[in-house]
Amino acid sequence: MYTQALNASQSDELTGEDAAKISRFEARVAAEERIEANDWMPAAYRKTLTRQISQHAHSEIVGMLPEGNWLTRAPTLRRKAALLAKVQDECGHGLYLYAAAETLGTSREELVDQMLSGKAKYSSIFNYPTLTWADIGTIGWLVDGAAIMNQIPLCRCSYGPYARAMIRVCKEESFHQRQGYEIMVTLSRGTPEQKAMAQGALDRWWWPCLMMFGPPDQQSQHGDQSTRWKIKRFSNDDLRQKFIDATVPQARYLDLKIPDDNLRWNEATGHWDYGDIDWQEFNNVLAGNGPCNRDRLAARRKAHDEGAWVREAALAYAEKQKRKTTAAA
Amino acid sequence: MATAICIQNSALFMYVLGRADDALILGHRLSEWCGHAPMMEEDMALANMGLDLIGQARELYTYAAEVEGAGNDEDKFAYLRDVQHYRNVLLVERPNGDFAQTMMRQFFYSAFADCYWRAMMSSTDPTLAAIAAKSEKESAYHLRHSSEWIIRLGDGTDESHRRAQSALNDLWPFTGELFQANPEDDALFAGRIAVDPRGLLQPWTENVTAILRSARLTLPQSQWMQKGGRSGQHSEHLGHLLSELQSLQRTYPNATW
Ligand SMILES: [Fe+2]
Ligand SMILES: [Fe+2]
Ligand SMILES: [Fe+2]
Repeated sequence: MYTQALNASQSDELTGEDAAKISRFEARVAAEERIEANDWMPAAYRKTLTRQISQHAHSEIVGMLPEGNWLTRAPTLRRKAALLAKVQDECGHGLYLYAAAETLGTSREELVDQMLSGKAKYSSIFNYPTLTWADIGTIGWLVDGAAIMNQIPLCRCSYGPYARAMIRVCKEESFHQRQGYEIMVTLSRGTPEQKAMAQGALDRWWWPCLMMFGPPDQQSQHGDQSTRWKIKRFSNDDLRQKFIDATVPQARYLDLKIPDDNLRWNEATGHWDYGDIDWQEFNNVLAGNGPCNRDRLAARRKAHDEGAWVREAALAYAEKQKRKTTAAA
Repeated sequence: MATAICIQNSALFMYVLGRADDALILGHRLSEWCGHAPMMEEDMALANMGLDLIGQARELYTYAAEVEGAGNDEDKFAYLRDVQHYRNVLLVERPNGDFAQTMMRQFFYSAFADCYWRAMMSSTDPTLAAIAAKSEKESAYHLRHSSEWIIRLGDGTDESHRRAQSALNDLWPFTGELFQANPEDDALFAGRIAVDPRGLLQPWTENVTAILRSARLTLPQSQWMQKGGRSGQHSEHLGHLLSELQSLQRTYPNATW
């Protein structure tokens, strides 16, 4: 998902921590109590959450870029306003999530630096280009849709500040999803060119969207502890299946073809069977070799570097004001 | 949609269209920042101001269409007019430049819009009065936000001062046009449908110079003012802006989006 790179190895051990504290913590989590910022928590729990929440925040911020690419070309004023409001929402999600991550003791500046240096990851999905207006519809429909699938269970995450952030974020994401789907409805009922545009976007975004849920369960080294800590409630494959089951009828309603010849209704399981995901592509994108990785990071670095003098000016001014008030006191 | 529309002349229609164009073009410029601002809080603020302005533009275009009565709508005005049919002031089509340029442009425009919309709240035209009531609140926030930045930049570091001063020097010649009245507007002023912008120059100047003084910035010597936008004589920049803004409507005529 937005934090799919977490499925990398993790070597934190619960060593050197008070066993009694740990068991009290685990009992609280098991009893569905919310852990708050000032509560005692194992170092590994803090570290996992800091990574997960900050990766989520980075994804919201980098996610502004592919959609921002169409802000100046939105085809009507209503679409233009809606897209600008959506991208602004994503920025708000980023800020909100950085604030939640900061409650765990790492500053936003430090977290952002980790992203800009390429050390911290963000969702692989934002390393794909938005080539036509239909991509904006598809992102809302599928990317925000996949995000919701993942984030609804996070509203019950054991860490209070993250859970509360997710409740607010989910409301806006479902609005984005409806808005994106509505663009797709309009295009799929439009001219032949518009319909082709919609199909082309679905063809390009379908598989990368399935990858958003992270590697298959057998390969995910990360699930167990996160599940026990009630950070993760469903496995990657479960969420992916849920997403596919929800999306297939929506694509049919649009009269668009999902680009998977192995997509078949399975009477026995009550789910849609689907074809093999190209995990090689996924790993490539995570490794920095997706079509837009370099462009996305370059854009964020440019904004950061070119904005340095503005941030310095704001600091310098604030300090001057502080000196004036102390001098006057 | 047709491939291009021509515009009918009527004083009220042309007047409303010009105000809508100001708001759209500035809102579009602000939207160009989204995702690229110096800090995330500014990504939010610039988008927020852009949204307000695009919202104002939509209401004004919709009213212009009603006044015109020729079956046009907000999108036809925005997407199917060529450069020479746009009536916005040159100030709003200035490129974003650096953050100081963007904020100076916003400051000059918002300082005008703030007193303009406040005065327009007593327009005898109920639609314009209603649009003014909403726009006045938005402009007051835009003015506060941009004024604070002008002071911070002007009185921040040497670099920010230098950039703010050069933004002031570059953009000052584009402020005069905000106060320009067209002869056709006289009837609108007489009927108190619209306010004569010439009457806003003095309060604007007082407000603006006070902020610039707090920012330790100095007004340029030259008082030469550029004009042309209100009569359709634009800079080279507007054509590029419109070619981007209008690209889908122009490439796929008669499609619904
Ligand atoms: Fe979001
Ligand atoms: Fe999200
Ligand atoms: Fe979203």
